[in-house]
Amino acid sequence: MAQHFHRSMNTIAKVSIFGAVFIIGFSAWLLLEVNRSSNVTNVGIALPQPVQFSHQHHVAGLGIECRYCHTSVEHSAFANIPPISTCMNCHQQIWFGAPMLEPVRASWKSGQALEWNRVHNLGDYVYFNHGVHVQKGIGCVSCHGRVDQMQLIYKDQPHTMEWCLSCHRNPAQHIRPRDQVFNMTWKPEDIGETQAALGARLVKEYNIEPARKLTSCSTCHH
Amino acid sequence: MPASNELEPSVSPTSRLPVIGPGHTYASINEKISAIVLLRGTTFGWLVGFGIAFMIFMMMLGSISYLLYKGVGVWGINNRVGWGFDIINFVWWIGIGHAGTLISAILLLLHQKWRTSINRFAEAMTLFAVACAGLFPVLHLGRPWYAYFLFPYPNTMGMYFPQFRSPLEWDVFAVSTYASVSLVFWYVGLIPDLATLRDRARNWFTKTIYGFFSLGWRGSARHWHRYESIYLLLAGLSTPLVLSVHTIVSFDFAVSIIPGWHATFFPPYFVAGAIYAGFAMVLTLAIPVRWVYGLEDFITDKHLENMGLITLVTGNMVGYAYIMELFYGWYSANEYEQFMVHNRVLGPYWALYVALIVCNIIAPQFLWSKRIRRNAWWLFGISMFVSVGMWLERYVIIVVSLHRTFLPSGWGTYAGTFWDWTLYIGTMGFFLTLLFLFIRLLPMISMSEMQMLLPGASGAPQKGEAKS
Repeated sequence: MAQHFHRSMNTIAKVSIFGAVFIIGFSAWLLLEVNRSSNVTNVGIALPQPVQFSHQHHVAGLGIECRYCHTSVEHSAFANIPPISTCMNCHQQIWFGAPMLEPVRASWKSGQALEWNRVHNLGDYVYFNHGVHVQKGIGCVSCHGRVDQMQLIYKDQPHTMEWCLSCHRNPAQHIRPRDQVFNMTWKPEDIGETQAALGARLVKEYNIEPARKLTSCSTCHH
Repeated sequence: MPASNELEPSVSPTSRLPVIGPGHTYASINEKISAIVLLRGTTFGWLVGFGIAFMIFMMMLGSISYLLYKGVGVWGINNRVGWGFDIINFVWWIGIGHAGTLISAILLLLHQKWRTSINRFAEAMTLFAVACAGLFPVLHLGRPWYAYFLFPYPNTMGMYFPQFRSPLEWDVFAVSTYASVSLVFWYVGLIPDLATLRDRARNWFTKTIYGFFSLGWRGSARHWHRYESIYLLLAGLSTPLVLSVHTIVSFDFAVSIIPGWHATFFPPYFVAGAIYAGFAMVLTLAIPVRWVYGLEDFITDKHLENMGLITLVTGNMVGYAYIMELFYGWYSANEYEQFMVHNRVLGPYWALYVALIVCNIIAPQFLWSKRIRRNAWWLFGISMFVSVGMWLERYVIIVVSLHRTFLPSGWGTYAGTFWDWTLYIGTMGFFLTLLFLFIRLLPMISMSEMQMLLPGASGAPQKGEAKS
């Protein structure tokens, strides 16, 4: 009986087994990478905003402290986006006529708030609380990056659940003294300690819950 | 074994009935079974049957579409009864699948020759039943597009492993393992037969398709050696699955604290029920198929009788479990357990309980009679009763246990809605559609294994008994 398939099918069949493994493996890897890329997480991407507000200029250049604008960050879940009057505290005196500030003046006159585009946007099913993180010694820079060097604000960290848990599973690696929370450049070496030793000490001192509790579902998803 | 080449039918020592009709040769088996696929063509009767099944299948897709559009609120589930038709049907379908694995794996290892002509069919039924079963828990998630959350994978949530403390998670692995092992087992068994179809096919397209799936099978000694090894290995791998899958399904209930669910005897009770339902379904399907395709030589009355016996045995095990349920309720001395028993038998769903007892305990008692066991249409009727009864059993366990639990203020009732019924009946259409395609496209009886039943056959490992 004549062969129905050409003899090359022997090779094709064997190669296709490896090919299938490779294609499936590659697709899986690609999917995982895409989900962690800034296409999905928005890390490093500045969103369009009504005013080209520069954190670099205001924080590093002028030395304004975080809490001057983000007033409720120490005690509330929400850090607060300042009302336009906070801007006008200074800008009714300086750069009053600058064209860049036109949307700010318009908002001040009309009473219509500026509509900023939210950069750090967690799912509605996540109950993140700024207050507790600040009180337990998590520095602004740990989650938001070097805001003092950002001309336009962008996400420095992916803010995925995986990323949250990396700290909740071992908070000692990121904890710092409470009085250094707003310091953008603080390092444990500044006070002659290692993060491991300092972290372990502060976890006790600040009564930080064990990882078992910090990683419970209901800690963040009430 | 006599050296003669006389092709006497192989007779099992335990019964007077043969497992293969008289006068068959290697060629006649191949001819008869492959003709159903290759020569018979698409008959009008097949088209009508397939058409009806396909329309019911379309109804299922319609019901699922509406469910996805509106959400699980279209079902009858409510605050009190959170598991309704979705879980009833899941357990029912999964149970039906069990006969396939039992026939293909355990009976193979036990050298039961009568499994040979029904194993292909029963395995296909297993696969299709598992496909139907798998739909329900996924749809019942509410947002089924997140079903992949159930599997461990390196996700961005940092939870590479799902919640393994939940029996519902065990289900995912039990059922997916079961489905994949059953599929591989079924496919490996098909390879020699696919090669036969390839060799007998008369047009290029058919030859290519069967040739592709027969993976270059030439029937050489080396091929057979590997085939037999892998087939036995897979049989060994499937054997624990017969017990484990429904054990784990029963954990969905037994691990909770609901009276009527929280019982240690649930795993064996569920496994017996699954095999019971499975054999009833094999009978329900095999009897019409053997009649339509004239396969009385291959699916003999001996097969029917043996399946009837297993149905009788497992049916009585299930009956024992029903009695034990009542006994445990009383013996627990716990008012909630006692109330559960009272409510199950005399509560608002008493009629379902009575129907359950009639279908599952009384109906199989007819199988004590040898005349009934050997009568195909009696068996067909009894197996229909059992299929209905096993569905009622899950209804009683799930709905009747849930609708009145600890707090009377939380009591309520439950009934399936239009969408529950269309989905349930629709899955039967899905099942039958697959079954019609299977009968049309694949050899429904294993030709190569049937040939091993002939006295001249050389002893394959699982055929040791045939030599004596």
